[in-house]
Amino acid sequence: MNDTTIVVSGLRKRFGSTTALDGMSFAVQPGQVTGFVGPNGAGKSTTMRVILGLDAADEGTALIGGRPYRSLRRPLCHVGSLLDAGALQPSRTARNHLLWLAHSQGLTARRVDAVIEQAGLRAVARRRAGGFSLGMRQRLGIAAALLGDPPALMLDEPFNGMDPEGIVWMRGFLRSLAAQGRAVLVSSHLMSELQDTADHVVVAGRGKVIADASVAQLLAAASGDRVTLRTTAPSAAAVLAQAGATVTVTGPDTLTVSGLAAGAVVALLSAGAVPFSEVSAHRATLEDAYLELTRDAVEFRAAAPEVAR
Amino acid sequence: MTSGTVTRDRTAAGAGRDGFARVLRAEWTKFRTVRGWAVGTLVAVAAIVGLGLLPGLQGSCGKQGPASTCTLPVGPGGQEVSDSFFFVHQPLAGDGSITVRMTSLTGLLPAGSAGPRGPAGSPGPAGPAGPGTGEEMRAGLAPWTKAGLIVKASTQLGSAYAAVMVTGSHGVRMQDDYVHDTAGPPGTVTPAAPRWLRLTRAGDTLTGAASADGTHWTTIGSAHLAGLPSTVQAGLFTASPQYVEAIGAAGASTGPSQATAAFDHLDRQGTWPANAWTGEKIGGADNAGPLERGGFDQSGGGFTVTGSGDIAPAVSGAAGLGTTITQTLAGTFAGLLLVVVVATMFITAEYRRGLIRTTLAASPRRGRVLAAKALVLGAVTALAGLAAAAVVVTFGQRILRGNGVYVHPATALTEVRLIAGTAALLAVAAVLALAIGAALRRSTVAVTAVIVVIVLPYLLSISVLPAGAARWLLRITPAAGFAVQQSAASYPQVSNLYTPADGYFPLAPWTGFAVLCAWTALALAVAAFLLRRRDA
Repeated sequence: MNDTTIVVSGLRKRFGSTTALDGMSFAVQPGQVTGFVGPNGAGKSTTMRVILGLDAADEGTALIGGRPYRSLRRPLCHVGSLLDAGALQPSRTARNHLLWLAHSQGLTARRVDAVIEQAGLRAVARRRAGGFSLGMRQRLGIAAALLGDPPALMLDEPFNGMDPEGIVWMRGFLRSLAAQGRAVLVSSHLMSELQDTADHVVVAGRGKVIADASVAQLLAAASGDRVTLRTTAPSAAAVLAQAGATVTVTGPDTLTVSGLAAGAVVALLSAGAVPFSEVSAHRATLEDAYLELTRDAVEFRAAAPEVAR
Repeated sequence: MTSGTVTRDRTAAGAGRDGFARVLRAEWTKFRTVRGWAVGTLVAVAAIVGLGLLPGLQGSCGKQGPASTCTLPVGPGGQEVSDSFFFVHQPLAGDGSITVRMTSLTGLLPAGSAGPRGPAGSPGPAGPAGPGTGEEMRAGLAPWTKAGLIVKASTQLGSAYAAVMVTGSHGVRMQDDYVHDTAGPPGTVTPAAPRWLRLTRAGDTLTGAASADGTHWTTIGSAHLAGLPSTVQAGLFTASPQYVEAIGAAGASTGPSQATAAFDHLDRQGTWPANAWTGEKIGGADNAGPLERGGFDQSGGGFTVTGSGDIAPAVSGAAGLGTTITQTLAGTFAGLLLVVVVATMFITAEYRRGLIRTTLAASPRRGRVLAAKALVLGAVTALAGLAAAAVVVTFGQRILRGNGVYVHPATALTEVRLIAGTAALLAVAAVLALAIGAALRRSTVAVTAVIVVIVLPYLLSISVLPAGAARWLLRITPAAGFAVQQSAASYPQVSNLYTPADGYFPLAPWTGFAVLCAWTALALAVAAFLLRRRDA
């Protein structure tokens, strides 16, 4: 596998008064799955459209192996993409959809049959795509992305509409593509979908990158030194806050404490004779890490009740 | 695994033509794999063929025995002509001249409202049925009522002639061999202001002159009638053509008219061996009524000649006989309607589903995508149009003739032009529809716009619009392209309703087609600009 990468730098784009991209920069490395996450409106889809030369950025560049997409002669042999699984002519069969795409790249029908097999579509290849479930359309989209056997793949929300079995298949499939040395960029607004798939995560918010790190790094940072405390005593929060901890109410009898180790929490509560039922070190999920990172970037989030320190 | 692919691609980067061939092939695959589009194109062919081969037109030619067969005389120039008038003549041997004073020209016109004609151009009533008898008449002259002097090779229909005449409202004219017309002094004739006419033969040359007083003469023009026999028939004539009045936008009332001219001071020079006048109705239907038969009266030095008919090129439609092969292509609009809808959807369906992004991601050079789509549509539509037009032009005229409708014969070249022109009309209109679809992007909006600019102006022009508005629309809208289908010639010296409904367009065939092409080029340029500039 060659080392084709997708590199975006300093992308800016406005739609009227809305800033869609505000200096988006990141790189997608070969041989791994890069998750591209962020809340709706973070600019993920716009970034992907700019990479594919569909939308023009006001500023900045997006390069595929060092070249702008629009200069590629057979672009599907460089980057396979799936933006919208519903982008199909309903009366055209799955195979014919792939066939015209193949013809546009100078590829043959044999290649079409190969990707049909790869995406598990053989049984429905000669059916009209209009009758496909969203999950089937996602598979067809994946097949289209694989047509040119590209060293880089870019998939926008590929898990959408997939049943649990499909999600498991998709995760395995993405990992196998990365294992073949391809650069795989997968967007999602649900970090949990990427938990067992992505090796690297680019978190976007308000048109720019908030975090760009490996999954391992993110999880370590997010877990931090937080402690989950189960108590019904109203004085618990005040006691801990006085000691310099940040206390958040996360349930009817649950507080999340950061800034103090579990042992210190137990010591403080015991000293203050505050009753509690459980103290445990917090285990962060990728979702937690994401929520933490995007807290400021989410434009319309519910006001979280936060106890004064 | 794909490093090889990338290397191969880099070497192929310069091969632009290969790149376009790939886009072209992809667009062709796209077109043929949507059944609705293929079916729509086939239905378009079926509509053109169906409407062309199942015409509602019925005529009487050949339907009432062998005597009812419709034929038109053929003039010296090879074209079909009308040769019907009242002729008071005697032979003139060799060179000579004839001079006469005309003192009045009066006539009768149909009282009007003889019943509307259908817009499809049913055969004119000048056919052998001999209508017009017993119809109410009113006094008046048709604009091209003609009376004066004529020298004719023989009394055979379609033979060469030259004439100098006073007309109903076009002044004095010199005409020869049916199609040539030269204007002389204006004005008509009254007893208070008579008009002198003179026609002189010198070899093959006939010269016409007019005078207000018989002393001061003005030469109007000369005609060279090659191969004119040494003895010709010369004398006085009167003709008054089929009178046409438009009723509403597409209807017409027609009926025969009649004129009477009074002459005196007849003077002959040269050798006139018979020395006696014969009055004879030339041409026209055998069973014509008294109005069309005419007659003459000679008393003292004066003549009164009454006649009907015309000496002119034959036309189709209201004032003439029958129709043209253009009639067989009457269903083109229906085929065009389907073709432009398919052509518009060929791009707007991609916008509707977001498929355009897939297309442009596969082929980032957007101008090429538009060009490939235009080529595919143009080629498919042209082939469909070619097949449909070839069938109806070939077989449609046979069916019309079988129905007793007189169809003016067309040259092979004209038939080829109509067939190829129809194919080109459909193909270019399809590309125009594609361009409008690419610019507007939404199916319903684009399809509506396409029908409004291409099909509607044509349909309105041949149905409800007044002639002025119709001609204006068919000059400036893309519907001007329908002109490529016309096969009838129009003549200023023949009064007729030269309407689009009868196959007469305001622009010449290829000029009208060029208007459509200009609109298409403009729309394509705008579409290409927008496609490149806008986010997909």
